[in-house]
Amino acid sequence: MTKVSMRINGEQVNADVDGAQLLAYFLRDKLNLTGTHIGCDTSQCGACVVHLNGRAVKSCTMLAAQADGADITTIEGIQKNGELHPVQRAFQQHHALQCGFCTPGMIMAAVDIIENTNDLDEHSVREQLEGNICRCTGYQNIIAAILSAAKEMRG
Amino acid sequence: MYPFTYHRASSIEQAQALLDVSDDSKLLAGGQTLIPTLKQHLASPGALVDIGKIEALRFVRVEKASVVVGAATPHAQVAGDGKLAQKIPALAHLAGKIGDPHVRNVGTLGGSIANNDPAADYPAACLALGATIQTDKRNISADDFFTGLFETALEEHEIITEISFPVPKLAAYEKFPNPASRYALAGVFVAQTEAGVRVAVTGAGVNGVFRMTEMESALANNWSADALEGISPSADSLLSDLHGAADYRAHLVNVMAKRAVAQTC
Repeated sequence: MTKVSMRINGEQVNADVDGAQLLAYFLRDKLNLTGTHIGCDTSQCGACVVHLNGRAVKSCTMLAAQADGADITTIEGIQKNGELHPVQRAFQQHHALQCGFCTPGMIMAAVDIIENTNDLDEHSVREQLEGNICRCTGYQNIIAAILSAAKEMRG
Repeated sequence: MYPFTYHRASSIEQAQALLDVSDDSKLLAGGQTLIPTLKQHLASPGALVDIGKIEALRFVRVEKASVVVGAATPHAQVAGDGKLAQKIPALAHLAGKIGDPHVRNVGTLGGSIANNDPAADYPAACLALGATIQTDKRNISADDFFTGLFETALEEHEIITEISFPVPKLAAYEKFPNPASRYALAGVFVAQTEAGVRVAVTGAGVNGVFRMTEMESALANNWSADALEGISPSADSLLSDLHGAADYRAHLVNVMAKRAVAQTC
């Protein structure tokens, strides 16, 4: 077993994990943070995206032990004082989800895109969403939601 | 995944000591290839030694005639480094097209070249730019480093520490990515270096990355896309799979090479 210590959604978490324990399973099975989804489990779909020190990563392709010392944010951690995050609100307003399975990963990817990309436009958002797959929406409303949230967040 | 013991190293010396503890230990950097490989039961190391957090291996250093990148530097850092992009824009462009943004935030240069996947992007940059791979034991030139499919000149437990890329006069990289995996079906890195024109092809060769000397001579005479007309590798030496037959890949190599050269003209 390996000792890990990390901040998850602002709270300190200390645990003993098996070497082969993946971060996605650690979040879901040990901590009951089931908002992080496991879709393909092969690094393709992006349903498992969380933030590690502010940047989007695929939690199904990272050992929990690799995240030792990190600051992790999951979909459960982005609302503030019971208010949805602007990206969550924009997804709702623009009908950017149908079945919703990809949505947690989409939203976490979108927050990283908005916070870390200059000159956002439709083309750059599409490019940056390369690691997230949605099988329902055709992406149109997802792109619209991200651009709308970006506008709101940047004032 | 088969079970393994996880060790975290905080220095190269400690990593070396941890590697020596068991016979079947492997290095872990970002894990963006290794973890999927473990999940598919294609590897079963008894222990993993994580060198991903060793700060001394995570840097981009721009010097007068070269750019030096630490082995555990993530692709996103290479792609986003403004000074590196000024010196070797083609290298920054290549790093920014590996996998997807999430993979680029974690995957590392050292991990990519140590694995030497025949469809990985970085081996093409190393070979075309004439990079030097420094390990904890010695320096290896890119010409000697990539020895075959998933094979390198690295010895058991040898650790890559940094890669030095000489600044070329001109360079460009173009790839045709597999739309699902984003790995290159064919990728061509062209460069005018101090040592002459060098062209490296990834994604296509049965033995992994290779130099295309016929294209090099043609471009040395006439640096233009037209000079490459009709020059393709022999399909016999190329990969053939459900993603693309060998003759299709041969065609793609020519098209990617022309596009790369055209970018610089």
